[in-house]
Amino acid sequence: MPLIRVEGGKAVVADDGFVSVADDAALPASGGAIVSLKRFQAERETLLGRNAPTGVRLTAAENPEALGDDVHRLSVVTLEFPAFNDGRAFSWARILRTRMGYKGEVRAAGHYIYDQLNYQRRVGFDAWATDRYGVADFEKAFAEMSNVYQPSTDGKKTIRELRSAK
Amino acid sequence: MAKVQDPQMLTANRLRDGEVLYWAKGGWVLGLKDGEVFADPKAADAALAESQRDVKNNTVVATYLFDVRVADGVIKPVKEREIIRAKGPTVRGEGKQASHV
Amino acid sequence: MYRYDEFDAKFVAERVAQFRGQVERRLAGAITEDEFKPLRLMNGLYLQLHAYMLRIAVPYGTLSSKQLRKLAHIARVYDKGFGHFTTRTNLQFNWIKLVDVPDILSELASVEMHCIQTSGNCIRNVTADQFAGATPEEIEDPRPLAEIIRQWSSLHPEFVFLARKFKIAVGATEHDRAALLYHDMAVDIVRNAEGQVGYKVVAGGGMGRTPYIAQTMSEFVEREDILAYLEAVLRVYNQDSRRDNKHKQRIKILINAIGVEEMRRRVDREFAEIKRTGSLQLPAEELARITAYFAPPQFEALPDNMPFGDKAFEDWKKTNVARHRAPGYAIATISLKTVGQIPGDASADQMDMIADLVDEYSLGEVRVSHEQNLVLPHVRQRDLPAIFSRLQALDLAAPNSGLITDIIACPGLDYCDLANARSIPIAQDIAKKFADIGRQQEIGELKIKISGCINACGHHHAGHIGILGVDKKGVEFYQLQLGGSGAEDASIGDIMGPGFGEHEIANAVERVVNHYLAVRKDGERFLDTYRRVGMEPFKNVAYQEQMYAAHTG
Repeated sequence: MPLIRVEGGKAVVADDGFVSVADDAALPASGGAIVSLKRFQAERETLLGRNAPTGVRLTAAENPEALGDDVHRLSVVTLEFPAFNDGRAFSWARILRTRMGYKGEVRAAGHYIYDQLNYQRRVGFDAWATDRYGVADFEKAFAEMSNVYQPSTDGKKTIRELRSAK
Repeated sequence: MAKVQDPQMLTANRLRDGEVLYWAKGGWVLGLKDGEVFADPKAADAALAESQRDVKNNTVVATYLFDVRVADGVIKPVKEREIIRAKGPTVRGEGKQASHV
Repeated sequence: MYRYDEFDAKFVAERVAQFRGQVERRLAGAITEDEFKPLRLMNGLYLQLHAYMLRIAVPYGTLSSKQLRKLAHIARVYDKGFGHFTTRTNLQFNWIKLVDVPDILSELASVEMHCIQTSGNCIRNVTADQFAGATPEEIEDPRPLAEIIRQWSSLHPEFVFLARKFKIAVGATEHDRAALLYHDMAVDIVRNAEGQVGYKVVAGGGMGRTPYIAQTMSEFVEREDILAYLEAVLRVYNQDSRRDNKHKQRIKILINAIGVEEMRRRVDREFAEIKRTGSLQLPAEELARITAYFAPPQFEALPDNMPFGDKAFEDWKKTNVARHRAPGYAIATISLKTVGQIPGDASADQMDMIADLVDEYSLGEVRVSHEQNLVLPHVRQRDLPAIFSRLQALDLAAPNSGLITDIIACPGLDYCDLANARSIPIAQDIAKKFADIGRQQEIGELKIKISGCINACGHHHAGHIGILGVDKKGVEFYQLQLGGSGAEDASIGDIMGPGFGEHEIANAVERVVNHYLAVRKDGERFLDTYRRVGMEPFKNVAYQEQMYAAHTG
């Protein structure tokens, strides 16, 4: 599936560099691997010992705090949307970025819609596995609401900050 | 003994303005009295399936079948909800009763 | 009241453009109805029984005359000439066309109004006491905080796809007119033992299928911490609530499932983290800046001198006029419950003429109460007779605020796609039965609330007498509940038993009321008598006719 990343503030098509591996499938001989939380917890040493980057994908019910400090050894955390109206991943992304201070890639996968892309970005997603939306869609989505009331992980100035700057 | 299925009709809302519509021979009409009554549940299901064309082409939403009874040529929905939906609100009269459909 | 600056205005303008784009994509089929539905709901647009219904936000129930006139204009041009004020102080139009909505939103934006988050699984309109800023009872005006919460919750990127709706209210008085304890979360402005003003936060209240009274999350949150605290509650709710059963996804279910202690523990942990980051701290200057928008108007220096008038005026004064903080002033309630009319409805003409009253007599401001009435918050006592006279001409002078004919009713099966039974005709029947003013006054405070289905938009759980419409084998039946209260003495009404038919329910209510009158002790309201004697005697009289018929039949 194609991957869109935000790099340098812009949406770009990116090379994935990772494969998402099922629980019962073999790990790739080389290249990045994204596994489930369960598998990561079971095969942690093997995974982190590979000479390749590791990622973990979380279901909507899984709190990233379960990764603990290991999160800083992950290159990707994929947050799944089982349905677009399941908004738990918005909190997971924020927790990753704030409480856990995670600096790697937070990737959205599963069912989400165009109208969520901007919110996802604001809470800390910076990559999207998508065969539905292209760069132009992302750029348009990001530009729809220029003013925001809430501070978030994207560092965008809030309306309150814009007011005091005047 | 199995419950006998009442005759059915098919209804939807027009997407662009929400108007309540009734299926009649491959198209939609505004008034319940002009809608098609299906005595045969298979015909009702077939109409429902055919009407999905108009869901796909973004003409209507929320298609569903509902039960009616016909007496002396007058169609009356079984459920209060459908009676009100066909006529208009009972408390003001500004709905379909006002446009005389 | 709050005035948009360029940033607020741009926010709403871009939101309108965004929705215009969403409507175009929907009409073109670029998105399906399933994908469009949450988007239109978050702009207040429902598909109802007959047509689309649009719900317009009235933040903390406050409107200017200009805004009220715009609502009248929209009623005329885009709807059928009337609107309905709701139990969350919003305004609903019942006959809206999808294709008109972007233009309607544009018109609303021109008077600093919108429909953002009036529906959908997100944080909804923030409500407050309809007497805010005018009543001498309050510690301070709750609306500045309500406005701050409104801004914080508007398109909050983390909380736009919650498990269910989330309703917030703000209070500042001991006597609760905003039903705080029935909200998902409420902030009560309080003073601690040191006399310092801060915020008590409660959560987990709600109506619906499984009503709950809210429980205390924190007895006292410092002013500057409040947004961090509210965010903590929302985050715990968003991450931990169920997503598998639509009927078990409100915060009341979560708190009941894990217990209030555990909920507090989770919230406190999150609160500590958010506070640590500092980004949501509310500086005193910001609170002061917003508070300045709600500075009380310039009141004239007048003596208290309540005018007297004929019986009609005196009757109205008794129930519909409340004390004002400024001498010589009063708070006047415009009842939208004229006997026989649809509760909470106002025609476009009435809205325009009320707007005139607002300008002439109420310093430009009008309020909406969750009991579906309007309030002129700042009127001079000496103007009351003239105001009353104008209301009489509008047929909006019912002297019934808080009395038995001041009924809350949801739109019900006449309008609502979710309803099982009609509620408006029941409200009208009951009101007609008790139309006599002397009788109403004799009965005193009695809050009847009617819902047409289990979703409880008519707040029947909080009714002194609550009525729930149900569908029993295709026939409308009405269940009675007694002893509910939405005030600071919040309680959930007790279900009496089997329902009554549509032609029996008003009679059953009458029997219940007559029994109250027969057994009440001095000063007891219906609610007090019920709490003293319990359900049994009321149940016996209510079913009396059925029992008689069964016995003799």
